[in-house]
Amino acid sequence: MYMHVLVLICRNYKGDVDMAEIDHFMPLLMQHEEEGLLCPVLSHGSVHFMWIKHSNLYLVATTNKNSNASLVYSFLYKLVEVFTEYFKELEEESIQDNFVVVYELLDELMDFGFPQTTDSKILQEYITQEGAKLEVAKSKVPTTVTNAVSWRSEGIKYKKNEVFIDVIESINVLVNANGSVMSSDIVGSIKLKTMLSGMPELRLGLNDRVLFALTGRDKGKTVTMEDVKFHQCVRLSRFESDRTISFIPPDGESELMSYRINTHVKPLIWIESIIEKFSHSRVEIMVKAKGQFKKQSVANNVEVRVPVPSDADSPKFKTSTGNAKYVPEKNMVVWTIKSFPGGKEFLMRAHFGLPSVENDELEGKPPITVKFEIPYFTVSGIQVRYMKIIEKSGYQALPWVRYITQSGDYQLRTNV
Amino acid sequence: MCDFPFFSLVCTGEIFELKAELNSDKKEKKKEAVKKVIASMTVGKDVSALFPDVVNCMQTDNLELKKLVYLYLMNYAKSQPDMAIMAVNTFVKDCEDPNPLIRALAVRTMGCIRVDKITEYLCEPLRKCLKDEDPYVRKTAAVCVAKLHDINAQLVEDQGFLDTLKDLISDSNPMVVANAVAALSEIAESHPNSNLLDLNPQTINKLLTALNECTEWGQIFILDCLANYTPRDDRESQSICERVTPRLSHANSAVVLSAVKVLMKFMEMLPKDLDYYGTLLKKLAPPLVTLLSAEPELQYVALRNINLIVQRRPEILKHEMKVFFVKYNDPIYVKLEKLDIMIRLASQANIAQVLAELKEYATEVDVDFVRKAVRAIGRCAIKVEQSAERCVSTLLDLIQTKVNYVVQEAIVVIKDIFRKYPNKYESVIATLCENLDSLDEPEARAAMIWIVGEYAERIDNADELLESFLEGFHDESTQVQLQLLTAIVKLFLKKPTETQELVQQVLSLATQDSDNPDLRDRGYIYWRLLSTDPVAAKEVVLAEKPLISEETDLIEPTLLEELICHIGTLASVYHKPPSAFVEGSRGVQHKRLPGSAGSGESADSPDTGSAAGVSEAPPAVIPSQGDLLGDLLNLDLTPPTTSGPPPAPSSGMQMGAMDLLGGGLDSLVGLLHAAMGAGFGAPPTAMPASFPPPVSGGLDDLFDLGGSVGMPMGAYSPPKSIWLPAMKAKGLEISGTFARRAGVIQMEMTLTNKAMSIMTDFAIQFNRNSFGLAPAGPLQVLTPVGPNQSIEVALPLSTVGPVMKMEPLTNLQVAVKNNIDVFYFSSQYPISMLFVEDGKMERQVFLATWKDIPNDNEAQFQIKDCHLNSDAASSKLQGSNVFTIAKRTVEGQDMLYQSMKLTNGIWVLAELRVQAGNPNYTVMSRLVFVLTCSGANHKDYKTESREV
Repeated sequence: MYMHVLVLICRNYKGDVDMAEIDHFMPLLMQHEEEGLLCPVLSHGSVHFMWIKHSNLYLVATTNKNSNASLVYSFLYKLVEVFTEYFKELEEESIQDNFVVVYELLDELMDFGFPQTTDSKILQEYITQEGAKLEVAKSKVPTTVTNAVSWRSEGIKYKKNEVFIDVIESINVLVNANGSVMSSDIVGSIKLKTMLSGMPELRLGLNDRVLFALTGRDKGKTVTMEDVKFHQCVRLSRFESDRTISFIPPDGESELMSYRINTHVKPLIWIESIIEKFSHSRVEIMVKAKGQFKKQSVANNVEVRVPVPSDADSPKFKTSTGNAKYVPEKNMVVWTIKSFPGGKEFLMRAHFGLPSVENDELEGKPPITVKFEIPYFTVSGIQVRYMKIIEKSGYQALPWVRYITQSGDYQLRTNV
Repeated sequence: MCDFPFFSLVCTGEIFELKAELNSDKKEKKKEAVKKVIASMTVGKDVSALFPDVVNCMQTDNLELKKLVYLYLMNYAKSQPDMAIMAVNTFVKDCEDPNPLIRALAVRTMGCIRVDKITEYLCEPLRKCLKDEDPYVRKTAAVCVAKLHDINAQLVEDQGFLDTLKDLISDSNPMVVANAVAALSEIAESHPNSNLLDLNPQTINKLLTALNECTEWGQIFILDCLANYTPRDDRESQSICERVTPRLSHANSAVVLSAVKVLMKFMEMLPKDLDYYGTLLKKLAPPLVTLLSAEPELQYVALRNINLIVQRRPEILKHEMKVFFVKYNDPIYVKLEKLDIMIRLASQANIAQVLAELKEYATEVDVDFVRKAVRAIGRCAIKVEQSAERCVSTLLDLIQTKVNYVVQEAIVVIKDIFRKYPNKYESVIATLCENLDSLDEPEARAAMIWIVGEYAERIDNADELLESFLEGFHDESTQVQLQLLTAIVKLFLKKPTETQELVQQVLSLATQDSDNPDLRDRGYIYWRLLSTDPVAAKEVVLAEKPLISEETDLIEPTLLEELICHIGTLASVYHKPPSAFVEGSRGVQHKRLPGSAGSGESADSPDTGSAAGVSEAPPAVIPSQGDLLGDLLNLDLTPPTTSGPPPAPSSGMQMGAMDLLGGGLDSLVGLLHAAMGAGFGAPPTAMPASFPPPVSGGLDDLFDLGGSVGMPMGAYSPPKSIWLPAMKAKGLEISGTFARRAGVIQMEMTLTNKAMSIMTDFAIQFNRNSFGLAPAGPLQVLTPVGPNQSIEVALPLSTVGPVMKMEPLTNLQVAVKNNIDVFYFSSQYPISMLFVEDGKMERQVFLATWKDIPNDNEAQFQIKDCHLNSDAASSKLQGSNVFTIAKRTVEGQDMLYQSMKLTNGIWVLAELRVQAGNPNYTVMSRLVFVLTCSGANHKDYKTESREV
């Protein structure tokens, strides 16, 4: 049903779509691109192409049935993930150099159009790049492949048992040109770096409001998570019934869970801008950035990106702190502030010349975007209350927790 | 690492070189040679000449080498079937290898070798592998059954593999269960009627248990399979929902969407007052919103599905408007979808915010997006009355930008706003007129002309404005020409003195100088109206128009129901039923939502929808004036995609039904007569003179039992006959038949190309006909038909097309076009095809109706030589939607009381008498016609005749 075509390599999992059909794909894509009607699904006759693009490669699945489209796209992205883990970069060369492994992987990842084992850590246990060397290890299927716990192998050993927990919150904000916040939400993610021996049972405690309500506890600050998504290791039905997050973690790095909080947050870095465009002569930009978070906290690596017309020239800047730089290929000014303490306010002025002949091409109105990172702080106030680690050998393990808040999709529309 | 320059092979003598290397004694050298072969194969070179040499390398203990050889086999076995047999032995051996990886590899590859000859050799190894101790082998073998089924379905059935596969659903390993489910679902897809998946509460329980343990992909297979199940009652439905909801927290978007599909479907069965129903609604919103932070392609799939969900259950996302606001860096396809959903969610509560956003979008640079944003503002005005004024002023602001396409789009939507709120916003006309010259798109020009004509009395220079358009009349598009004609006639009726010349000019342009039949027709109608009775003309042309409705772009409810059952799939992305884009999907069941508890609302068949439409219209034989006017005035202005009067099947149906009764009643009786009569063996005796000659393909055919003993009861479909001989159609031969499958009337055709050249670009059209049959979609001939090739197509038909009485009644005139020419033929469809699924009348209603029918509406005839007893006849007829309501036995004579309903809402009641033990089986029946005009108020027609 699906085949995977990288112009370089393809695998026909079912015989029902002619391999030559893919020849129609690129012309079709070009045609849609020209018409400005690009769409992730294209069809030619009875064949439907579902594609994604990764750097300069197209990953295309073809079908002539009413296939599950969301499964196809999930799988294609998974494919990118697995190949990237195997070859560092997924690009033309890495495929060509490793085509034997690629074929082996494609065989394990999917059979007759049904995705199979897609966990790269497990795949690495029996499909390796150095074929000859690992002949012995390869001669048996890791039980993990078909285990109920298909994400962790048995017999992992560490001298020191530790688990690192990163709580990362990204702020998405959309602010209107007149300064009102159109939408804002927090997308949080809890990442683990697990260095634990054996098959440990973990339980994570958060200050989850629903849990506190369930257990009748009411002290302290709690957080309402709007929607929670878990790594497949978490027992979903357990969470559904009593909000307990219990799991056997995958080894190494993984994203344990993500959540979304819909509360209205004050934008942590507030931007006021005045952009005045005097046709045929100049553009004047004044941007004020204000840190709307606790004084004790500091935002690092702040970048305020201000759009400028594509035909602007001769930039001049003045900043009260940090550095402003004109990036002509992106038509923007990037104002960088290494360290931005809470409660402070900074200013940047920019002046550009405009050519006397007007550019008659219409330009979009890109928003101002902001990037930042605030360590030791979560906007939502979410906290890891405990991480219990139980393994039958009874070792003591230490959990380490780090918090960080960063910008996500942080856009402020402008008037010009 | 492999640092061999595998992809640099070019030399032509390489085959010989490779051959030598493949036969080398050194293992390493062999392996590298095979790698080179595969590399050449990958870049598309033909290395099939090396087949025997590569296959010789198959017997090796090196796994990597084995995999490569297998890969080679999969590619070339088909082109070298005789040689492929050489590989069989190794497969058999490998399936018994102590290493499960090799066993699985062998069984996986086996299924990919699509050579008929060798499949039978593979059955034994497969059987063993299905029972293998290692789950990795079992899960691979499960998939192999599906592969084998694809090559040779009969073999798989004969070998009992399907039962083994069913047993695997109870396997202890969740991955095996998941693959077995996937394989069975795949097989079931090609066998729509087989009860392969035999879902019952026990298997459902097993699936739900496996759901908690298998991989993300396995969860998708299981959820997709669950979605096909129909719970017995609301309690079972609730308990399944409870066990599926945790999946909404899965990180994989595809798992979430499949879970949403199951929940949306099973929710139908929950009573709305149940607490759990409300809880479930609340639980659905957050995961749907989170899907919007996935990768853009997944977002797109999610948005297309949300569009369906919002139409079915608007309450789920009504508070989530903000998440659909467009981001600057969204890809265009995501932007357009978000806009669509924003309009669907627009309400009085959030309209201010929505409008502010839309205005922002309308000043963007992407033309398609901007146009859609402007259109969206118009739709908001029509949808939320309180916002209309704000919308109009926003549109005026946009017109001031003078951006050409913004202005044109704005004028098109303002015209719609005028239609919805007449005499309210004419003050803006002056501004609109200023922009007259910049309009270069037909739709905008037509809209502007409509506005000028409609408000001609308030525009001082209306005549000048319209006259300016008249100069280039013949260069305008039809849409503009028609509109100009109507507008000038309106102007004339409003200001007769100054515009006489103008109207004459346009009428002569339209009637004498134009070769467009629509334009000529409309011109003549106006001309005659104006010349015979100007007062009547005024009444007709200037009559008040019906207001346009707000939501004309909604997906038709039955289609929506079907699409909800396909959430997450391509069908939900295209918003088309799978039958519209999957070849060979005819006979595949259209999925339907289960009926809700207590109320049977969604259990209604599509036909009731149109019947209900009939019942709402007043029972008038002449179409009401409004309809006619609507016809005359608004035909072109309002394409169905924007807002305009919805097509009125109801009035069409009404007329059609009446028409049939007016003159067609007796022929309908005749048809039924012929139907019940002729085919029993001998032609019906005692045929009343007024009946047309028996038409083949009536009810009689339903009794045709030949060879169908033991077959499941299904609607009767006559064998295909030749409709269009190749002689008459430049080599195109069409044979076909009609069938009713799963509630859908289908025209099944075989197109055969008997000419020398390729035929492409097929299209089909029907003439108006007695029951409003019309193609429900375009003719799906997706590949060109080569010489001496035939192709099977199934065209689903709807019954909402235009109606005209035909002689004979079931005559259908068809035009088929291809790249060569247009051809016409006519065929007759069996009346039984029109019997709808819900034609079973309540007993009481039947009784009451039967009595109420006047005597002159009854007909009677006899059927001879029917070798069926009454029960067999009854169940046979039921297969064709002729329902037995009651049975009575009087003196050894069985009397069956039956009802059936035609697609246009006409009920037919019948009494069927079967004399048991009579060698010359006589069946007598009595027909009654009932036309349901409105709920309780029957207008009955009854024909009666004596027993024969």
